[in-house]
Amino acid sequence: MASQSLNINNKKYAVDLNEDTSLLWVLREHLGLTGTKYGCGIALCGSCTIHVDDKPMRACSLTLSALNKGQKITTIEGLSKNGDHPIQQAWVEAQAPQCGYCQSGQIMQAVTLLAENPNPTREEIKAYMNGNLCRCGTYLRIVKAIEIAAKKTSVKT
Amino acid sequence: MNKVVSRREFLKTSGGVALFIGISGLLPQMIACKNNKEVQKLLKKHQLTAWVKLAEDGQITIYNPAAEMGQGSMTSLSAIFAEEMDADWSKVSVEFSPQESEIYGSDKWSPNNKVMLSAGSRVTYGYYSIMRQAGAQARYILMNSIAEHWQVPIKELSTANGEVINRRDNKRIGYGEIIPYLYMPDKLPEFSESEFKDPKNYRFIGLDLPRVDIPAKVKGTAQFAIDIQLPEMLYGVLERGSLHGARPNLNNESEILALSGVLKLVPFDYAIGIIAESLDQALAAKKLLNISWSEAPASGFNSQDCYKKYEKIASEKSAGKVITNEGNINSAIKSAGKTFSVDFKNDYVYHAQMEPLNAVVQVGTDGNSAEVWVGSQQGFDSKLGVPSYLGIPAENVKINLQYLGGGFGRRSMTDFVLEGTGLAREVAPRPVKLIWTREDDVSYGAYRPLTLQRLKASTDAQGKITGFSHCVVGDGGNLVASGIQIDYYDIPNKYAEWREVSEGIRLKHWRSVGHAPNKFAIECMIDEIATYFKKDPADFRRILLAKSPRALATLDKAISMCDWYSTIADNHAKGIAFLERSGTLSTGICEISVDRKTGIISVHRFWSASDAGIVIQPDNVKAQMEGGILMGISSVLKEQLTIVNGRVQQSNFNNYEILQMSDIPDSVETAIIESREPPRGVGESGTPLVACAIANAFLKLTGKHLRHLPFTPERVLNALNS
Ligand code: FES
Ligand code: FES
Repeated sequence: MASQSLNINNKKYAVDLNEDTSLLWVLREHLGLTGTKYGCGIALCGSCTIHVDDKPMRACSLTLSALNKGQKITTIEGLSKNGDHPIQQAWVEAQAPQCGYCQSGQIMQAVTLLAENPNPTREEIKAYMNGNLCRCGTYLRIVKAIEIAAKKTSVKT
Repeated sequence: MNKVVSRREFLKTSGGVALFIGISGLLPQMIACKNNKEVQKLLKKHQLTAWVKLAEDGQITIYNPAAEMGQGSMTSLSAIFAEEMDADWSKVSVEFSPQESEIYGSDKWSPNNKVMLSAGSRVTYGYYSIMRQAGAQARYILMNSIAEHWQVPIKELSTANGEVINRRDNKRIGYGEIIPYLYMPDKLPEFSESEFKDPKNYRFIGLDLPRVDIPAKVKGTAQFAIDIQLPEMLYGVLERGSLHGARPNLNNESEILALSGVLKLVPFDYAIGIIAESLDQALAAKKLLNISWSEAPASGFNSQDCYKKYEKIASEKSAGKVITNEGNINSAIKSAGKTFSVDFKNDYVYHAQMEPLNAVVQVGTDGNSAEVWVGSQQGFDSKLGVPSYLGIPAENVKINLQYLGGGFGRRSMTDFVLEGTGLAREVAPRPVKLIWTREDDVSYGAYRPLTLQRLKASTDAQGKITGFSHCVVGDGGNLVASGIQIDYYDIPNKYAEWREVSEGIRLKHWRSVGHAPNKFAIECMIDEIATYFKKDPADFRRILLAKSPRALATLDKAISMCDWYSTIADNHAKGIAFLERSGTLSTGICEISVDRKTGIISVHRFWSASDAGIVIQPDNVKAQMEGGILMGISSVLKEQLTIVNGRVQQSNFNNYEILQMSDIPDSVETAIIESREPPRGVGESGTPLVACAIANAFLKLTGKHLRHLPFTPERVLNALNS
């Protein structure tokens, strides 16, 4: 057991847990941030995608011990105040989700895609998003949503 | 108004619980209200019906009786209701109804028995008339109340977008403003078809409303059962092994009980359960369990070696359960100009819904009540088996339905609900969240059955099909037999039967059930015959469908969408399939190419045209077809669950791969054929089109046959080299 402070969505959280505890369980079960989902537990599905210092990471494959440097953690709850991040808006416009379970992870992955590459080609979208599984088969609409968001943000800039 | 139903007739009291039976009922709060005086008081108040809640500011809450697993029931069922109620959609919100089948059930599953069940693509079909009737009755209550208050005949009133209007003086009043004058008439009319809204005045049905569940799903706030947090909640996990039905013997009980956070070990017939203070502690303990397993009926079973046995069974003289027997198949084959006999096979597939199974259960201290939070496709028992498991009355069990992170048939089982109940009983009244790991979900899954199918056909010398016979060998009754009928094909002699063989492997409905394997076999057989006689597969089907105009319309639409007869890039080919699922008729066409070195098939485009009757939400139908087709491609090209000596060999997405984004086609186009027939099911219509369309395209491209699902690169290479 070790007491540790986590910086999540610009808020400080104190946790007192084994340092090999998975960040996914810390977020979901200990802190109640349940927007980040469990799908496989071994970095194969992307449902648990979050940002650590603005890079997409799989929360299921991080333990508390890897997060002891005050890294900035962002979850879907911290992406925008009212669910109106341009990516989230595009997701609504494309009516992308079906069951919705994979979508927090999809959105978090897409946000970093557009941050790194504001105008991705279809092939670049597919390559970047490839580790995020969707059993409902919403991939075509996810691509569409990313294209909508890319268009809107590139018009602005 | 043909039939008048007395409201009082429907009010019955059982054990002090007021139940209102029938389409229009009481408010959900009343169902649980045991105090008769309180019920009377609530009755006098203003609430409309069991289906809808109305607030003074005009906000309307509609109750959705179905599960929401991404198929859009939240939006489409309430759209049907709001259409007849003539509501203002901007003021509508939707909530899950209580799980009380006497009030919220549909009799479309079994006559005279109301059931809440979201399976078989039947939600819209099952609730279309119920939601129309209930919406029209809610509107009637509003109009009738204000007619009384205004002292005008109800005939002179009309409604528009959430207001009642007096046609004489154009006086208007919002639905919410009617609340002070509301009263429930003694008799509620049952409306007939001619009294419902004229479809040309529809504002919601047939147009696209944004899905009501989507905003929460992009914010991450949509609540799945796995997200439930309750005070004092504990965590539960089970170790079930990978040999279905094997009995555990735990060798290190005291060691496990000594682990930090572990509170209790709970033995099940087929598993060892652990209850711990936290999930990480429960999972850590699970890893350390040392269990000896007994043998089970599946011991010795090898899924990839069993087809020889199944071939023998298919060759036996005695018939199995005959499903179709029209004309005389034997004489058709005897007198044929040409006969065909082909075997098709399919391996097991797993559901892989993204949210692993889970449930949160709290049992009362006295063990006499329970509350459950679960993502369930519901069932014939709307209390999901909990009352009989605990031996308590049904009314003491409350089911709180949550969003489902995928269902696909797996969540119409109750195994995980009862496991959670079994754990919670041990630590009552503390609630327990039971979580299946992905590994548990794969290895103790309930799969689409493996089958062998022997198809025989006879034709005359010109290639006209005179007889068609289909024998499916496999486990699970309707699980393997669904979709074996081909009523729509004009063939004089038809025969179909199921031969049972049991392997002790857990099985369950998997999106489209037996349709995917059976239609694969049927539609490939049709192409094999067409190809033999050098006929175009679309033209060949056109003759077979000549007597089914609705079916034919889907075929014509699909071939025009994809420009079927035009030439196509080198190493590309198109394949076609037609089928019926849940009353919906669909033609699907795909364009594929094959990498002849690796054996990898790529699907480039997919077109489909469907007649699903009246379509409530067209864009949602398209989404369902897209999703169903992508899940079909996944299962056909990638998915394979195998058993060695009874043990499931796969455990997670590394060895049970599903479709990734890099594998998707460039486009999936869906056409909807206009229809005024009642709505039929769409959620499962796309999936079964895929295997046959791909195999038929492969046949056209290479002249070779793919007859065993899935079409792994190895099998594709074998076919190419055959
Ligand atoms: S749960 Fe983390 S990648 Fe699947
Ligand atoms: S929307 Fe259901 S898994 Fe992606």
